[in-house]
Amino acid sequence: MAASEETVSVLGRLALFADLSLPALESVAHTLDEVAFPPESRVLRRDLSGAAFYVIRDGEANVSIDGRPLATLARGDFFGEIAVLTGQPPGADVIATTLLRCFTLPGPEVEPFLIQHPTVMYRMLQDEARRLRIANTWQG
Amino acid sequence: MAGVAAGEQPFPPGDYGVVVVGSGPGGLQTAYCLARLGIDYAAISADDAPGGMFARMPIFERLISPTKPSAPFDRTSRDYQRYDHNSLLADEEGARGLVPEFMDRSFDVPSRAEMHMALQAFAERAPVRVRYGCRWESTRREDDGMLVLGTSDGEYRCRAAVFAIGVTEPWKPKVPGFDMAPHYAETRPPREYEGRRVTIIGKRNSGFEIANGLLPWAREVVMLSPRPVNTSSIALLPIRTRYLQPYDEYARGLGGAYVLDAAIERVDRAGEAFRVVAQGTTKPGPLSIEADDVIIATGFRTPLLDLPELGVATVSDGRIPALTPFFESISAPGVYFAGNASGGAAGLLKVERAGQSTSVNGFRYNARLLAQRIAERHFDVPRERAAIEPGRIVSFLLDELTHSPELWVQRGYLARVVSFGDGPRDEGYEPLTYFVDATGPDAVAAAVELAPDASIAPVLYVRRGGNITEHQLAPHPLHVYETDDYRAELEHALSALVRIAV
Repeated sequence: MAASEETVSVLGRLALFADLSLPALESVAHTLDEVAFPPESRVLRRDLSGAAFYVIRDGEANVSIDGRPLATLARGDFFGEIAVLTGQPPGADVIATTLLRCFTLPGPEVEPFLIQHPTVMYRMLQDEARRLRIANTWQG
Repeated sequence: MAGVAAGEQPFPPGDYGVVVVGSGPGGLQTAYCLARLGIDYAAISADDAPGGMFARMPIFERLISPTKPSAPFDRTSRDYQRYDHNSLLADEEGARGLVPEFMDRSFDVPSRAEMHMALQAFAERAPVRVRYGCRWESTRREDDGMLVLGTSDGEYRCRAAVFAIGVTEPWKPKVPGFDMAPHYAETRPPREYEGRRVTIIGKRNSGFEIANGLLPWAREVVMLSPRPVNTSSIALLPIRTRYLQPYDEYARGLGGAYVLDAAIERVDRAGEAFRVVAQGTTKPGPLSIEADDVIIATGFRTPLLDLPELGVATVSDGRIPALTPFFESISAPGVYFAGNASGGAAGLLKVERAGQSTSVNGFRYNARLLAQRIAERHFDVPRERAAIEPGRIVSFLLDELTHSPELWVQRGYLARVVSFGDGPRDEGYEPLTYFVDATGPDAVAAAVELAPDASIAPVLYVRRGGNITEHQLAPHPLHVYETDDYRAELEHALSALVRIAV
């Protein structure tokens, strides 16, 4: 379980958690788990139920469908939240392109976590809005 | 060295196929499984007897996983393993289900001493030979890829090394003043806390264990950590069997026990006593707590020595090695972990973190899988792949889903796999992540998982033409899946695969 001063300072530098006070960051550091993946391993699996929420601590990953990369994710980026929020399986794979270290939260813990930390929810919403805008621009 | 004459020591330094480090349950189980597969190995341990951390911990004696001395199944049977989460696995009847033999049955959760005796009995009866008093001190890789372990007895050269070294090194976060306070592992006998005010930093297993153990002695017990106790889920955690009394007393306002959510800023000296300065998290605001004793129960780390320099990647700030589904370091080939340290394998993270890899009940199966994997990968010893009659596949899988301790204990982590590449074959157990990510022949994996509504239910993963389809089965209230309804459901899910096989 991640909980040291190092984890707290890493979290504090990620945009998603930038508004949290130090005590709140410590609480978050104790709540999130940490997992690591070698390059080329799948982290999020398209069409498999029950995804978790991931925030990248170190490394990079691709979002891809049928092996076709759509976007690159790096430190501070997060994924899995759409599947958690909609209750639907992920619509794409996320595949590590380097050694990838992520903070994670199991799906069922995401709602209470966001309600407990509304500034994190707001930052997440801003990010989703940006993504929606990009998606609309592409379509238009 | 106690009890072992130098001349009787097995495994002198030299060249071996595999070296297993550690003689706790993870090391004993791995060495046992490698021996059964006929792999050339050496087992070494810095301790002078088997048992690992159970020789010393938990401090307040009671484990957190159950063993039921009375069960509907014989103690040597496979079904009994689901009733006994502490015994190691053996092919020989005389070495199976040993923990209940040593229990005084005051609880269905064994004491530390009972567990320790059972592990010693396992080492004698299985038997598992270990070179005791041989301390692993360094590690390097030679140009040909071989690993060399430097020890107090000399050098061991091997193709693969298994570190079953536990998560046993006391770990404290770097908070000012924590260096003045003892770690959980240094807790004194409880009577020495009589009439004292004790503040415990940490609200996980070890924090609650100490707090509960000191309730009959201390004048005041305060538990502090940033994260709140999750009351809705804690009822399902193993610690509730023994250690929730402090929380109960605080929640009922009894006085003398306090369970608080706060980030600790520092610990100061206050005359003979200490002052713990903290900031509330769930309820913001400053906290200042005077205590005669402060105990840091913030957990442990894996004693990796120089393995990070060899390239072993870790998670949680260096505390746990990051592992593949088969318990190999994700970044240092040939370096494997067993026992409690095998919890660093991510698994299929769905509703929960899959499996029980950090306790004996789960890692005993990991060790068997690990030995088989090492045999296959490093020694070209193929695993047994028994042919199954096409007409028997559904019954076989229903039997697994109802009875398999591997599936029920390593829930969401292990799956039983039947492949259809060269006729239906039983592939044994595989990590579920490995199955869903591997390319391979048409196959089915049967697993047991936690559903979002907290029920436990079987899930089938069918691989056909390289694509995986997931079939969730409805949970049976008594967990019995050998019924006509489930048979029909499986036949439907497998129809395409089985038709081809016929």
